[in-house]
Amino acid sequence: MTQDQCKKAVLAIIADIAPDEDLSDVKSDVRLRDQFELDSMDFLDIVMELRKRHGIEVPEADYGQLASLDSCAEYLTPKFNALEARR
Amino acid sequence: MNSRAHYDVAIIGAGLSGLAAGIRAAHFGRRVCIFERHNAPGGLNGFYSIGGRKFDVGLHAVTNFARPGARVGPLVRLLRQLRIDREEFGLCEQRRSRIAFGPKGEEVLRLTNDFAFFESEVAARFPAQIDGFRRLAELVRGTVYSEDSLPASARAVVRRHIADPLLEDMLLCPLLMYGSAQENDMDFGQFALLFEAVLLEGFARPFGGVRPILRVLLERYRTAGGERRMKCGVGRIEARGGRAAALILDSGEEITAETVLSSIGAPETESLIRDAEVGGAPVGIPRTPAGRITFVETVSIFNRQPAGFGWGEDAIVFFNDSRRLAYEQPEAQVDTRSGVICIPNNFDYGPERALAEGVLRTTCLASYDRWAGLPEETYRADKARWFPEVQRSARRFLPPADEAAVAAATVATDMFTPRTVNRYTGRLAGAIYGSAVKNPRGTTRLANLFICGADQGMLGIVGAMLSGIAMANLHILRKG
Repeated sequence: MTQDQCKKAVLAIIADIAPDEDLSDVKSDVRLRDQFELDSMDFLDIVMELRKRHGIEVPEADYGQLASLDSCAEYLTPKFNALEARR
Repeated sequence: MNSRAHYDVAIIGAGLSGLAAGIRAAHFGRRVCIFERHNAPGGLNGFYSIGGRKFDVGLHAVTNFARPGARVGPLVRLLRQLRIDREEFGLCEQRRSRIAFGPKGEEVLRLTNDFAFFESEVAARFPAQIDGFRRLAELVRGTVYSEDSLPASARAVVRRHIADPLLEDMLLCPLLMYGSAQENDMDFGQFALLFEAVLLEGFARPFGGVRPILRVLLERYRTAGGERRMKCGVGRIEARGGRAAALILDSGEEITAETVLSSIGAPETESLIRDAEVGGAPVGIPRTPAGRITFVETVSIFNRQPAGFGWGEDAIVFFNDSRRLAYEQPEAQVDTRSGVICIPNNFDYGPERALAEGVLRTTCLASYDRWAGLPEETYRADKARWFPEVQRSARRFLPPADEAAVAAATVATDMFTPRTVNRYTGRLAGAIYGSAVKNPRGTTRLANLFICGADQGMLGIVGAMLSGIAMANLHILRKG
C-alpha cells in the first residue's frame, strides 16, 4: 500500500463518521482537528474503524500519530504493509 | 435450557439509551443482546395503542435541534456516533413555544429555535436583568457535563446572575419540567445541558412522533448485528466475586455476559442484585434513592387542527399560575398550578403536510403514592375526576376557545398517571427522570455492571441516546 492509498482509507473512514464535513479539499499537512469539527469521540471512532475494517491496532499512546493525514500515512502505511505481508 | 447463552454485552431495557448503547457495541463487533420486559421498545419514550390510535409517551419534542449542515452540538454528535443520517429522523422544527406565568399567563417569554429571539424577549420583559442573563448564557456555553462533573445548585448559580425571582423561575420552569429529578432545583451541570437543549438549540419533532426514531434505531441495531429479546425481562442479577456473574430472566433462563449495561434505572438495577454467595438474598438496601418527581398527562384527540380553536401556533407552553414555582411532589394527587402543554400539530411539517388529527397533551406534577395503592374502581374514578381539572388548568394558558366546539371535535381522550408509568416501565414511584442522585460514570458496586439512561444523568430524548453512547464508549469500547 502506498501512502496515498493509506490517506484514502483514512478519508473513507472520516467520510462515514462525519458525513456533514466537506472532505473535498483536505490539506494533508494540517491537523484534522483544525480543518474539521472532530472531537475525541470521533478520534476514538477512527481508531475503532481502523481495527474493524483493516485489522489495524492503534494503542492509546499512539493516538497523537493520527493528527494529520500526513502523519496518519507515515504511521499507518507500514502497519498496512506489515499486515499485507503476513497474508 | 441447559445451553447457557453468553454475550459480550447484555443490555437491560430497549429504551433510547439501551438501543443507542447496543448500536455502538454491535457496530464494533461485540456480540450484544438487549433484554426488554415489555412487548414494545421505547421505555419512557415509547408509545401505546388504544382503539387503533397510537399515543406517544414521553416525547413532547426532540430537544437540541440543529439545522442541516450543522457540524457541532449534541444532535450532530449523536448522529455521527450512531452512523445515522439526519434525514432519517425527519425532524421538523417548532414554530414557537412559550413560558407563561401568572394567574392568566400574563407574564410571557416566547421561544423559538433562534436563541437571539429568546434573548430579545428577556431584554424586553426584564431590561434590568439582561446583562446578567447574557453572562449566565455565556457560562452555560462554557459548561460541559461529563463523567467527572461535580454537583452544584443551579439556583445558586442563576441567582448570582439574575436578581428577579420571576425571571429565575421562568428560566428554571422549562428546564425543571423537561428533566429534573430533583425537587425545586437541579444540578448546574444538568441545568447547562438542558439550557442548551431547550433554549440555545430548541425543539423539533418527527412527523410520526417517537415511532420513526425508534424504527431507525431498531433498524440500525439490527443491521449492526445486535440481538433483541422482547417480553423477556431480567428478574435478577446474580453477583459472585464482585461481578455480575449471570442474569436470570423472568422465564428462569440464565444468561452470562462479559459486561452488563442496565438502562432501567439505578435503584431498579440495584434491587435486582442477589449475592449468590449468601444464598441469593438481596444485599443490603438499594443505595440510590428512588425519585420523587412524576407526572400525570391528559391527551385529547380532535377531528380538526387545534389552531382552528384559536389556540395559536405554540408547540409547547410551560405554565405556572403562582407567585413562585413549586416543582415538587404535591400533597394532593395532582398539582394543577403548573405544567406543560404540548400541541404536536404546531411543528412545521411543511406546506403539504399536517397531522391527520388534532392533539392536545397537558402534563402536571403528581404524587405516586396517592395513585399507587388505590383499588381499581377508585383509581378509575380519580382519573375521571382529574382529567377535566388538568385540562381546565392548562387551558387558562391558551387563548379561550368555544367549549362546545372543542367538545364536539373531541374524538378520543386518554390519561396516564404515575401508576401507569410504573406498570409499563418498572420505574420506581413512576419517577420518569429517575433518582435525584445521578451517577455520571455509571458505575455500580459490581465491576462489570454499569448504568446508562436517566440515572447516569443525561436527559431528554437526545440525552438518553448520548448516555447510552457515552457509557458504551467508556465501559465497553475503550476497554479494547
